[in-house]
Amino acid sequence: MRLITHNMLSSNIKGVTNGFPLRIQVEKVVEKEVDFNPDFLRNMFAKIEWKALTEASKTLGYADLPEETEPLMLESEEFLRKLHHALLELHLEEGALVCPETGRKFPVNKGIPNMLLHEDEV
Amino acid sequence: MWYLCVFYHRLLEYRRPEFESLAGLFGHESGVEWRVPECCHPDSPFHFVNLASEEMARSITNRSILVRGIYEIWGEGGSFEELEEAINDYPEERMSPYLSDGTTFKISFDSFGKVLSTQEQSDRLHKLEFIPFKGRVNLRNPDHIFLLIDNDDYGSNNGLPPIVQRRIFFGREIATSNRKLLQTYQLKSRKYLGPTAMDAEMAFLMANQAQVEPGKLVYDPFVGTGSILIAAAHFGAMTMGADIDIRVVRDGRGPDCNVWTNFKQYGLPPPLSLLRADNNLPPWRSGLKEVFHAIICDPPYGVRAGGRKSGGRKLLKGVIGPYTVPDDKRTGHIPSTASYCLAECVHDLLDMAARMLVMGGRLVYFFPVLREEDSTEPTFPDHPCFELIATCDQILSYRYSRVLLTMVKVRPYTDEIELAYKMKHLEFRENHLKWMEEGNLHSAVFSPIDGETNREDDKFSQKPKYRGKYV
Repeated sequence: MRLITHNMLSSNIKGVTNGFPLRIQVEKVVEKEVDFNPDFLRNMFAKIEWKALTEASKTLGYADLPEETEPLMLESEEFLRKLHHALLELHLEEGALVCPETGRKFPVNKGIPNMLLHEDEV
Repeated sequence: MWYLCVFYHRLLEYRRPEFESLAGLFGHESGVEWRVPECCHPDSPFHFVNLASEEMARSITNRSILVRGIYEIWGEGGSFEELEEAINDYPEERMSPYLSDGTTFKISFDSFGKVLSTQEQSDRLHKLEFIPFKGRVNLRNPDHIFLLIDNDDYGSNNGLPPIVQRRIFFGREIATSNRKLLQTYQLKSRKYLGPTAMDAEMAFLMANQAQVEPGKLVYDPFVGTGSILIAAAHFGAMTMGADIDIRVVRDGRGPDCNVWTNFKQYGLPPPLSLLRADNNLPPWRSGLKEVFHAIICDPPYGVRAGGRKSGGRKLLKGVIGPYTVPDDKRTGHIPSTASYCLAECVHDLLDMAARMLVMGGRLVYFFPVLREEDSTEPTFPDHPCFELIATCDQILSYRYSRVLLTMVKVRPYTDEIELAYKMKHLEFRENHLKWMEEGNLHSAVFSPIDGETNREDDKFSQKPKYRGKYV
């Protein structure tokens, strides 16, 4: 599971007010190379919850992202490369995503998060 | 300028929409103008189209699955005399660069519905001697290729669209297409297949309808074996997929036979993410919207594969007790799922697309339609955020067909729309049983045929059959 995905997911269990961002429980992290595409990154940047990304990135062992951003940074290749690495190249292969309110774990196996709710969470 | 577009003779309702979507992708503004040539039936492969430039014609042909070629017509007529007159009237400055000394050329022949023998081709070649070709002939690799199309009566029992009268066209080739892509991606050589994997030709058509191109993000909420995303990835998009069946998405049939293997087989970048999710209760965070450029999918119609959604069957019937999961059993628990009827499935799909597509983004999906004798135009799902721009029918059997719907997001997703969705969602939950019984497509398709029904009845004369097959 990449951090781009993590940035989109939340725990939508019945009764939970704000299930985003999910905390990450790491068991296995892998780095996979992806082709660098600055246009794609610039497009996605507007949709990203930045703080959730930096926190998640640190949990996976990459702390190079700036804490705050400004639009000018999108022109800088150095920044885009860091964004690229954090967003697309870090993979959580095994672990879990944890609901911030209930502590319920959504397992991640072989890189695929299982976001299906149990019968009593629906 | 008007060009003659020659289509492949198949998937008739898909041809113009694919062309128009590609024209839009390459910058053609406003609607595409078409004209059926004199003496040609609209189902025939020949259509005049008005395009801004040869460049546009080439771009469309290179990417298209159903266009065979595009030609600049120098003359047409009902006989060779008329053809000669028309060509002599054609502006000299448009012809001379391609006839000049120092160029090489070749003339090809075509006739719809029959094959011209070498002798017949040679006879026609002689009739073109009035054209002042100054270049040399090169049959292998000429600078310019010309085409003579001679559509003449082939007899009425061929089953092809009727030819009213002979029509001859002569023109210069702008671009041709060879469909080699389909051979590379054909399902029979694919490593990981499922029962409802989309065949390569259709997957590419869907990707073209969705105007997929590099830099775009494409999502398939019913990803299965990834057959649709493969086509999107081939055209350079980033892809994402979800499915409620975790075995299909995470495990496949083993470490060498799963969704990732398919992408690896073709050297395509794998999806950015695959997840197990329920479209009825999606896992998106609440501020998220306008992320995808296209959503392309084939939802389960309940005929060959049924849809599933969260919630136990009994739960949806109002029983709560048996479904509380004790804490110590939670980690390995596999949640039960309930049947997901088509109406609710499409309702959820439209809402998700309305929210998650960028403005101008496209939703391309299949919708099943029962083929009934007295049916008027079928009604397709609609949504305030979308405009339906194309409906392409493909007959699957005597009983039903599927229609590829292309919808464009033209209005933003508002709080009101979200509220209306939530209310309808609750209504579906409360009336779960009622929805499962009504509109059950599976029984309509597979119930035994009523003995009195005559196979030759009216509903077949409406749809053309060519050479005994639906095209």
